[in-house]
Amino acid sequence: MTTEIATRTLVEMKEMSVSFGGVHAVERVTIDLVAGEVHAIVGGNGAGKSTLIKTLSGAQRADSGTILIDGEEVSIDNPRVAKGLGIETIYQTLALAENIDAPGNVFLGRELTTPIGNLDDSSMEDATRKVMARLNPKFQNFKVPVASLSGGQRQSVAIARAVHFDARILIMDEPTAALGPAETEQVRGLIRQLKREDIGIFLISHDIHDVFDLADRISVMYQGRLVGTVNKDDVTTDHVLAMIIMGKKPGEITQRDLEQLHG
Amino acid sequence: MALTEDSTTTFETMTPEEARAVTSEWGVIKRTLFSLEIDTRMFGLILAMLVIWIVFHFWSGGTFLTPRNLWTLTVQTSIVAIMATGMVLVIVSRNIDLSVGSMLGFVGMFMALLQAEWLPSIFGFDQWWTWMVVLLAGLVLGGLIGLFQGAIVAYAAVPSFIVTLGGLLVWRGLLWVMARGRTIAPMDATFQLLGGGARGTVGGTVSWIIGGVASIAIVLLLIARRRNRLKFGFRVRPLWADIVLMILGPALILGAVWFLNQYYLPIGLAEQYVEDNNLDVDPATLEIPFGLANLVLIALGTAIVMSFVATRRRFGRYVYAVGGNPEAAQLSGIPTKRLIMYTFMTMGILVGLAAAVQIARLNSATAGLGTLQELYVIAAAVIGGTSLSGGVGTIFGAVLGALFMQSLQSGMSLVGLETQVQDVVVGVVLVVAVAADAAYRRRLAR
Repeated sequence: MTTEIATRTLVEMKEMSVSFGGVHAVERVTIDLVAGEVHAIVGGNGAGKSTLIKTLSGAQRADSGTILIDGEEVSIDNPRVAKGLGIETIYQTLALAENIDAPGNVFLGRELTTPIGNLDDSSMEDATRKVMARLNPKFQNFKVPVASLSGGQRQSVAIARAVHFDARILIMDEPTAALGPAETEQVRGLIRQLKREDIGIFLISHDIHDVFDLADRISVMYQGRLVGTVNKDDVTTDHVLAMIIMGKKPGEITQRDLEQLHG
Repeated sequence: MALTEDSTTTFETMTPEEARAVTSEWGVIKRTLFSLEIDTRMFGLILAMLVIWIVFHFWSGGTFLTPRNLWTLTVQTSIVAIMATGMVLVIVSRNIDLSVGSMLGFVGMFMALLQAEWLPSIFGFDQWWTWMVVLLAGLVLGGLIGLFQGAIVAYAAVPSFIVTLGGLLVWRGLLWVMARGRTIAPMDATFQLLGGGARGTVGGTVSWIIGGVASIAIVLLLIARRRNRLKFGFRVRPLWADIVLMILGPALILGAVWFLNQYYLPIGLAEQYVEDNNLDVDPATLEIPFGLANLVLIALGTAIVMSFVATRRRFGRYVYAVGGNPEAAQLSGIPTKRLIMYTFMTMGILVGLAAAVQIARLNSATAGLGTLQELYVIAAAVIGGTSLSGGVGTIFGAVLGALFMQSLQSGMSLVGLETQVQDVVVGVVLVVAVAADAAYRRRLAR
C-alpha cells in the first residue's frame, strides 16, 4: 500500500532507544503504523524487534524517544496504559496463565464483575464463546485450564484476548511460530480479516513467507538499528533477506550481495 | 468454577456425544463423581480420612468416633485451618511463609500482655471492651507484620523463603524479649470465649440454626448457579446430580451438627447450669449439648470468606494468575508486586486471628507459643492439594488437609503412641501424600 491521502496514521514512534547495561538493544528507531495496514518488522535474533515493540505495549520502558498515538504524544509506562489506548499485544510466549480457563485468560486484568464486584464468570464465558465463534468455531473447552489445550487452541485464546477488546492497534509477535500448517492458515485468515476492519497491525515474524503474504510494509532491523522500511510491492524476498542478513539499506544492495546470498 | 484444579473436563465443557462417550467407558463411581463434579482428588483425601477414622475407632476400642472426640477434633483443627487458608494464597502465588509459627507466638504474646498487663494497668481489669480492643490490635499487628515481610519480598526481591526464615527467628526472639520468658495468664474473661472451652460454645439450639441456615444456603446457591448457566444457554449438570448435591450437602451438615450435639455438658457443668438458671431438676438427667465451639465457627467463617475471596474476587483471580504465569500476569496489567504484598498481609491478619484463638484457648501465652505451627500449616495446605510450584490449590482442600493431619495425630494420641512416634508418622504421611498427588497429576497430564 502506497501512502494515500486517505490513510490515517495510528502510531508514530520516533527515535526510540532502549539499552540494557550499555548494550543498545534499540537505537534511535523511527517507525509508524497506519490504519488497515500490516506492518511487518523483521530481523535476526537479537535485532531488537521484540524490545522495540515492547515499548509500545508497555512491557518495556524506553530510555528515550517519543510515541504518538493518533498524533498525540503519550507515555506508555505499563501494559494497562497501552490497553487503554487500544493497543493489544499477542506475545510470542502467548502470556497465558496456564492454570486458569479460557474466559479467565481472555479477561485477565479486565474481569467483568457484578455490581458488588464479584467475578461474573458466566458473562465472561458468554463473551468468550461469542469471540471464539468468530475466531475458532471448533473451540469448546471453556472451563478447563489452558495448560490442557493444544497449541492452536492456546493461540486462539491469546488472539481472542486481543481482539475482544476492540483493539485499534494490534501487535503480533511471532503469531504462527508454534502452529501447524492448518492453524497457521487460520491465523493468516484472521489477520486479513482484522485488516479489513481497519485495524493497524505490527507483525513480528521470522517467516519470510508470512511476511510477504500478509504485510503491506516491511521494516528491517539489524543490531538494534532500523535498516529501512520498504513497501512490499517494491522489493523481492532476496532484497529483504539481504537487509536482514547484511544490514544494508535497500539502495546499497548490489547484485553481488544477492549472488552471495545464494552462494 | 474457574480454578478447581484437575477437574479437567466436566459435563459443562463437553458436547453431548463426548459426555456419553466418556461416561460409557468409566465405572459407576467415577461416572457418578464426574456428574456431581466432585474433584476425584478431594474425594480420595476424604476417603483416606474416613479410613483413618475407622481404623482408629477400632484400634482405640471405640473411642474415636464419639461425639466427644470428634468435637475435640474440630476444636484442635481450627487454629491450623485458619492459618492454612491464608497459606494457600501465599503458596499459590509461588511464595512461602515460614514465619507464621513465630508470628503467632509474637502476636499472641502481645495480645496476652495487652489484656493481662498493659490495659489493666491503666483501665483496671474486666472492662467490657477489652476483648475487642485486644483482638483488633492483634489483627492489625499481624497484618502489619505480614505487610512488612510482603513488602520486602515484593519490592526488595528477596525470596520469601529467606524473608520469612528471618521472620521465624526475629519474631520468636522478639517474643522472648517482650515477655522475658514469662508465662502470661490469665486472659480476659470475655476474650477466653474465643477459644471454645466449656462456656465458649454456642449451645445446641444455635448449632441447629447455623446448620439449617448453611443447608438452605447450599440449596439456594446450587439453584442460582443452575439458573444462571441456563440463562446463558450453557450446559448444566444432569438434574439428578444437582438434586443429589442438594440432598447430600445439607445431610452432611445436619448430620455433623446432630452428631456433635450429642456431646453433653459433664455433670459438674450441668449442676452449675441448673444453679445459674434456678431450675428444679436433677442435673444428672440433663442432656445439654455444648454445641459448636466458637473457634470452630470462626475457622469455618474464615474458610468461607477466604474461599470466596480466592474464587469470586479479582484479588483471588490475580493471585492464581501470578502463580500460574507471573510474566503473563504482569503483561495483563496486574500489579503483581502489590498483590504479593497483600497476600502476605492477609496471611498476617489470619495469623493474628489464630493467635487470638490460641491464647484464648490456652488461657495463657508462653515463650514457646506457636512453635512448629508453620510446618503444620504448610503441611495442611500441601496435603490439601496446594502445589508448592504455585498456581494450584483450594481453601477447602487446605481445611480438609488440616482435619486430616489432626485426625491422624489425635488418633495416635488416643491409642497411646508417643509424640515422637506421631512425628514419624506425620512426616511419612506428608511425603506419601505429596508423592501420591504428584503421581496423580502425572497420570492426568498424559
